[in-house]
Amino acid sequence: MYEFDWTSIPGALPILGSGMLMTLRLTLVAMVVGILWGTLLALARLSGNRMLGWLAAGYVNLFRAVPLVMVILWFYLIVPTLLKDWAGLGAGTDIRMASALVAFALFESAYYSEIIRAGVRSVPRGQVNAAQALGMAYTQTMRLVVLPQAFRNMLPLLLTQAIILFQDTSLVYVIGLADFFGAAYKVGDRDGRLVELLLFSGAVYFVLCFGASLLVRRLQKRIAV
Amino acid sequence: MSYSWNWGVFLSPTPSGSGTYLGWLLQGLEWTLLLSLGAWVIAFVLGSLLGVLRTVPNRWLAGLAAGYVEAFRNVPLLVQLFSWYFVLPELLPRGLGDAIKQSDPLIQQFIAALLCLGCFTAARVCEQVRAGLQSLPRGQKNAALAIGLTLPQAYRYVLLPLAMRIVLPPLTSEFLNVFKNSAVASTIGLIELSRQGQQLVDYTAQPYEAFIAVTLLYVLINVCVMFGMRWVERRARLPGHREGQ
Amino acid sequence: MSMIEIEQVSKWYGQFAVLTDCTTHVNKGEVVVVCGPSGSGKSTLIRCVNGLEPIQQGTILVNGMTLTDPKTNLSKLRSHVGMVFQNFELFPHLSVFDNLTIGQIKVLGRSKDEAAARGLKMLERVGLKAQAEKYPGALSGGQQQRVAIARALAMDPICMLFDEPTSALDPEMVTEVLDVMVELATEGMTMMCVTHEMGFARKVADRVIFMDHGRIVEDAAKDDFFGTPRSERAQLFLSKILHH
Repeated sequence: MYEFDWTSIPGALPILGSGMLMTLRLTLVAMVVGILWGTLLALARLSGNRMLGWLAAGYVNLFRAVPLVMVILWFYLIVPTLLKDWAGLGAGTDIRMASALVAFALFESAYYSEIIRAGVRSVPRGQVNAAQALGMAYTQTMRLVVLPQAFRNMLPLLLTQAIILFQDTSLVYVIGLADFFGAAYKVGDRDGRLVELLLFSGAVYFVLCFGASLLVRRLQKRIAV
Repeated sequence: MSYSWNWGVFLSPTPSGSGTYLGWLLQGLEWTLLLSLGAWVIAFVLGSLLGVLRTVPNRWLAGLAAGYVEAFRNVPLLVQLFSWYFVLPELLPRGLGDAIKQSDPLIQQFIAALLCLGCFTAARVCEQVRAGLQSLPRGQKNAALAIGLTLPQAYRYVLLPLAMRIVLPPLTSEFLNVFKNSAVASTIGLIELSRQGQQLVDYTAQPYEAFIAVTLLYVLINVCVMFGMRWVERRARLPGHREGQ
Repeated sequence: MSMIEIEQVSKWYGQFAVLTDCTTHVNKGEVVVVCGPSGSGKSTLIRCVNGLEPIQQGTILVNGMTLTDPKTNLSKLRSHVGMVFQNFELFPHLSVFDNLTIGQIKVLGRSKDEAAARGLKMLERVGLKAQAEKYPGALSGGQQQRVAIARALAMDPICMLFDEPTSALDPEMVTEVLDVMVELATEGMTMMCVTHEMGFARKVADRVIFMDHGRIVEDAAKDDFFGTPRSERAQLFLSKILHH
């Protein structure tokens, strides 16, 4: 049988910790940008403007049809060129983090927009009528009446998507970034203790995600009342 | 931007001499399809079984299924894949583990990815099936039992056929997810579609053509699956029931 | 001889008592109507008779078999006890014909031909032979309930349980279902019916049971019940039902 040796983990904690910081940073930025951009996409689809709706639908469906791994690689390819052309950055700059941030934000916005669109549609039509009867314009109706109610309804789904996103950030492994998983893999590879490090990282992810999902469930119950 | 497009690259021969780069892509497509369909079969069967277990009046079985779902849903797919590929052979009895490690790497990669995707997706299928079963009116189960069907028979002939119809749309999106998630297998070296795309980038210096081709193939898979599932949905619709009922 | 014996049955969810110390019986060939205000436990009681609801205390015997005995094969027992539900509960993914044969084939082990013959005969009996190939969703409520009765009859039950069979129906469809039930009763079928249809009770019932708050308040021969109900609550209930 395999003999476990966990001794390389304590010494690697600083590396793993900074990896976790990168994971959290990716998650947070992608979530915030994704929700903002996703809201705009959802509103574009609900606006009734054909052209806008069609563009937004195309964007969302394209991103939802392609594997995340491909999206990460795509932006790793595109972002450096753009940065070089527009910002005049030298070839030596490490743009992996920037490209990953852009990739996740744009990819997640497609998923967030679907959640938000469903949330907006869950607000009864009568609410819109009532707002309009008070003389509110479309943007006021959305901002003051519909979106606040919609966000309340979909908060659990948005948070659940954030947990999925947190797990998915591990895929930056494909462009060699040392997020939490990447760091664990590197340490395991270096010390010949891949088994232990993989199991350890799995356990950490499980504890964090399971804990977070319990909190979301509790929140869901409170909202439902 | 000074990029020189060259779509002819797909027809040029590969360094190994046999075949073209297009051949590489199609081979990748084949592995992607094989892996995804195989994983879906595992996920559908195992997931349906777990979904049923979550609703049976037995605390141990329901708890077991719930534990499975939490375990597979709260660990990243990549970590699961690496565990199947790197960790499992180490933890098996030495003889068996060595036999696995000495087998053809392509087979090793494929089996690990197949089991990983199958078990991962099963947890998600389980939750959908459970939701479908729980949404059925309680009277259906009672009626099935009242004519003398045993509980397994009631599930087999009445509850599952009804629940499956209800959860067909979410199952479709899980089915699509399998194809997308299969790209993760590129990280352990399986030469599926996205891996072949990366190979093309490395070998041809025509990254845009390679990625556009791969992206279009994924979109194509997506479109085919959606049309296929729409056909299934039409076939499964209950006569005398209006849509959305 | 008693077909159904209910002895000191109690049932509760947590602190809340749904049935308290219920004792009654249904003899072979007898028609017993169970009535009472909503929430009185009458539907729960009838569901206990074929084990769809567990009980915490007491015993129930059907055709001499003890329901609460873990050795009793519940599925087998249920296959002999026909049950008709408030919401019909036909299987929507099966045609009317398949609804009638599935139990015969999968439970009784009859051949397809045998099941088909028996099923169609029962369908004819409720006047719906022409609808065999249709799906439940295409039928009216009254037709669905008649199919549900035919489904139960196709199993050759030794007794029939009716759980408010007409209360989910539009008023104009109640009669067609009651007609089938009256016919069954006059043929000598043992029946236990939870219903508010007092006309039906007057016409065919042998005994009437009145329940309130999970207790059997009155259990009397039909004429006694309609003539001089002993409890005030039954009197009140009857006057409300009859005057509306």
